Amino acid sequence: MTDTTPPLPEKARAAEGPWATAWRRLKRDRAALAALAVLLVILAACLAAPLYATYVSGTNPFATNLNGTITVDGKSRDVLEASTEGLGLGLTPIGPTWQLGPYMLGADNQGRDVAARLLYGGRNSLFIAGAAAVLCLVVATFVGVVAGFFGGLVDTVLSRILDVLWAFPIFLLAISLSIVLISQPLLIGPFEIRSGSLALPIVIIGVVYIPYVARPIRNHVITLMKSEFVTAAVGLGASPWRILWVDILPNVVTRIIVFVPLMLALNMIIESALSFLSIGVQPPDASWGTIIQDGQGLLYSRPAVALAPGIAIAVTVLALNIFGDGVRDALDPKSTVRIG
Amino acid sequence: MPAEPLLEVSGLTVSFRTEDGLVEAVRGISFAIAPGEIMGLVGESGSGKSQTLLALMGLITSPNAVLSGSVRFRGQELVGLGRRALDRIRGRDMAMIFQDPMTALTPVHTVGAQIVEQIRAHERISPRAARARAVELISAVGIPAPADVAGRYPHQLSGGMRQRAVIAMALSCNPALLIADEPTTALDVTVQAQILELIGRLRDEFGSAVILVTHDLGVVAEIADTVRVMYAGKVVEEGSKRDLFTAPQHPYAWGLFASIPPLEGARPARLSAIPGTPPRLSALPAGCAFRPRCAHAHAACAAMPALTGEGGHRAACVLSPARRAELLAAGEARS
Amino acid sequence: MLFALLARLGQMVLVMFGISVVAFLIFFATPGADPSARIAGRNASQETLQQVRHDFGLDRPLPVQYALMMKRLFVTRDLTSFVNRGQKVIPTVMNAIPITLSLVCGAAVLWVLGGLVVGVVAGATRGSYVDRGLMMLGLAGISMPVFWLGEVANLVTQSRWHDTWAFSWVPALGYVPLSVDPWGWFKALVIPWTVLATLYVGLYGRVLRASLIEMMQEDFIRTARAKGIGETRVLLHHGLRTSLVAFVTMFGLDFGALVGGGALLTEVVFGLQGVGKLTYDALQTLDLPMILATVIYASFFVVMANFVVDILHAILDPRARDAR
Repeated sequence: MTDTTPPLPEKARAAEGPWATAWRRLKRDRAALAALAVLLVILAACLAAPLYATYVSGTNPFATNLNGTITVDGKSRDVLEASTEGLGLGLTPIGPTWQLGPYMLGADNQGRDVAARLLYGGRNSLFIAGAAAVLCLVVATFVGVVAGFFGGLVDTVLSRILDVLWAFPIFLLAISLSIVLISQPLLIGPFEIRSGSLALPIVIIGVVYIPYVARPIRNHVITLMKSEFVTAAVGLGASPWRILWVDILPNVVTRIIVFVPLMLALNMIIESALSFLSIGVQPPDASWGTIIQDGQGLLYSRPAVALAPGIAIAVTVLALNIFGDGVRDALDPKSTVRIG
Repeated sequence: MPAEPLLEVSGLTVSFRTEDGLVEAVRGISFAIAPGEIMGLVGESGSGKSQTLLALMGLITSPNAVLSGSVRFRGQELVGLGRRALDRIRGRDMAMIFQDPMTALTPVHTVGAQIVEQIRAHERISPRAARARAVELISAVGIPAPADVAGRYPHQLSGGMRQRAVIAMALSCNPALLIADEPTTALDVTVQAQILELIGRLRDEFGSAVILVTHDLGVVAEIADTVRVMYAGKVVEEGSKRDLFTAPQHPYAWGLFASIPPLEGARPARLSAIPGTPPRLSALPAGCAFRPRCAHAHAACAAMPALTGEGGHRAACVLSPARRAELLAAGEARS
Repeated sequence: MLFALLARLGQMVLVMFGISVVAFLIFFATPGADPSARIAGRNASQETLQQVRHDFGLDRPLPVQYALMMKRLFVTRDLTSFVNRGQKVIPTVMNAIPITLSLVCGAAVLWVLGGLVVGVVAGATRGSYVDRGLMMLGLAGISMPVFWLGEVANLVTQSRWHDTWAFSWVPALGYVPLSVDPWGWFKALVIPWTVLATLYVGLYGRVLRASLIEMMQEDFIRTARAKGIGETRVLLHHGLRTSLVAFVTMFGLDFGALVGGGALLTEVVFGLQGVGKLTYDALQTLDLPMILATVIYASFFVVMANFVVDILHAILDPRARDAR
């Protein structure tokens, strides 16, 4: 990020495959590498949540702790203190101690350690975003490739269904789905999705973005089908399956990989929004969105509760976006991806 | 040639910074054009023709490009000239026609509006008068129903019509120099002839000079006065059209002109092709760049020869005039 | 042209029909659930359930249920909430529309202007520190959840710095109708506008920059430069004008999506009683008729926005005009 001279034209390297080219470009992109490092640190920290809860905070982040006391700077303090603001009524949870130990970022209004919940919440947020991205990409790729490859009636039917889903505002589709799913378990064959389960937000988020991914993939496949190398392959008598495997899918895969980090970023945002609206992750489980909601009531007295998870989301999503830009530039500089 | 050239290019070099270091696309070329002269600039793709034209018009905008040398138009130096001063000249005194008419016009404005824009950039004239001029110009390039066409968008016109519209735009301020980059390559043969006729008429009516880049020697034969042959960023031979077509001097020009089938006389068993491929600009051989493909290369070619010759017909080759005459007589050059 | 317009209108009606069917199916035909229990709200009595079943024709076949529902939504407009007894759903939604429109329109003005400035400046200074700085800021704007940014804005303007000169003018959260007090309307909305626009300024700036840079590589830009018109004119009249096609298309879709419920989070955080807030409140109480009404209203708005976008697209891009 220091030099302002524009990038030099690429050397032509005849013997290099597209993946090697992409990898070489990515390795040169310092911003993308830094973003990747940040993401790995965040991931490691979230995976270490149980260690933090046990050895550092020493409290159960999922149990209320209304009457607890802790020792800060040699003084004993209640986790829920008498309010010093406003009319002096009610209880205010303890603020951040800023020391590595219990309640480093303070407590929420049930006396739970915010820092520990932040790490556990991060696990859920990241897991949901990842699983929803996988679900969405698998289904969308299948739909997009089938529609584009077979064309005709198959394409027409699938495209019209996608059109309707596309016209549905994402939030409202998500809200409609979750309101139905939360009120009773959903049975899909042998799988049962209960309202408290993480599978719920995963399915919702995965489903709502399908048209946004399937459509470009379908269009891409159609362009490929009309391209000269496919015409040539057909002319040479290659079977449809061979064309699908050899000519279509490898080209689609680069497009999909470009989608991944940007989808993760979007999923993080929408997961937090759904959880904030209390239709995502259900209590006592935490996600960054639910913690922001917990902090909403404490916003003016204990802003750390809402600020910390928001900063966590912003940093993670920013890193994902920067990394995603790098991946796109490295793999498929011409593609323009915009979903959401 | 008159004493006062319209355009004088000397030592023009265009190079680009790349990962392989500085790559020179145009390597120090010099030439002059008199008012009313039509110059054909020929050469293979990648020989630096188009980069030369873009450099003349100040259209090389890549931040990695390095320009040096001198381009004097009516005595004024254009290399390094500021954008404002440059904009007063180009479009008015020098205009350019581009190779691909399909992409040369902005898709969201009508043809008429694009011509009006150019007229009004250079002349204090009311929109209405500029519009009338635009319609006149469109009519002048042989488009039927000009008022109607002026109100159309580029995509509504055929390729030939668009190229004419581009030409009408280039002619809108009666430029003293018209620069045409393969103006007929993308067009049908019949349309090609009409466009060439139009360019010829421009010279006759307005006395404009024309630089015509092409790799089609038929086009050169049709309208050029003088010809310059470029190879690997350098002019390797220059002279009148007659000189080049009757007695080419440079072995590359032999290959080039020999690849046209003769209209009369015995047809050769096979048309000649120049062996090998043009060199990569990033890996040019030292000395004469044509050396690796030349049948007559010898030790002296390791140093780049200067353009030499008599009466304006000059070639950059170490072969002596006597040796060339010998080879030509022996039919080597037509082999 | 007229025929094309009618065909497009017909298509729009079809999509609206499709959406209403999907929404209906989601609420009334999910396997293994009793819709009457959902409509009646939490802890409804047996009588209420009976009444709901009768009112919505739940004992009759699905197509009849669908027709009944649509009739109550659009013809008689007497769909009532069971959670807030007797509250007519449709008028409530209609009353909320001006608030949502105020919020979204103001934000749209900000983000279109902001996006244009950011995109053009960054595109014109490609590769410079200005460009990199703007793109980083844009990315940061995209990366923050809007409801969280709203909370931070509230924290700053309503609490922490409310008593300083900078934010003492900020009124308490809520909406002031434009017709009652224009200045109050502006003061109440300017912070929500800014917050909502932040995301889109980043998004639009980035998209516009990319599109502008792509356009500036096109042949017609070279032609324009060769004409001897200044670079500013080349950039704005040829580069930007051509990029605007994509920009406007995107704007129409986002505007529609926001009016159609996307502004929900902003409305919740700033206590604006718009359509989104209605949906949110209905969510908290599981007020199904209200949710159904807002969802269908919102989807229709999105479809209409798409229609307007198509027309705008045809106006801006002569090629699209002839394509149909």
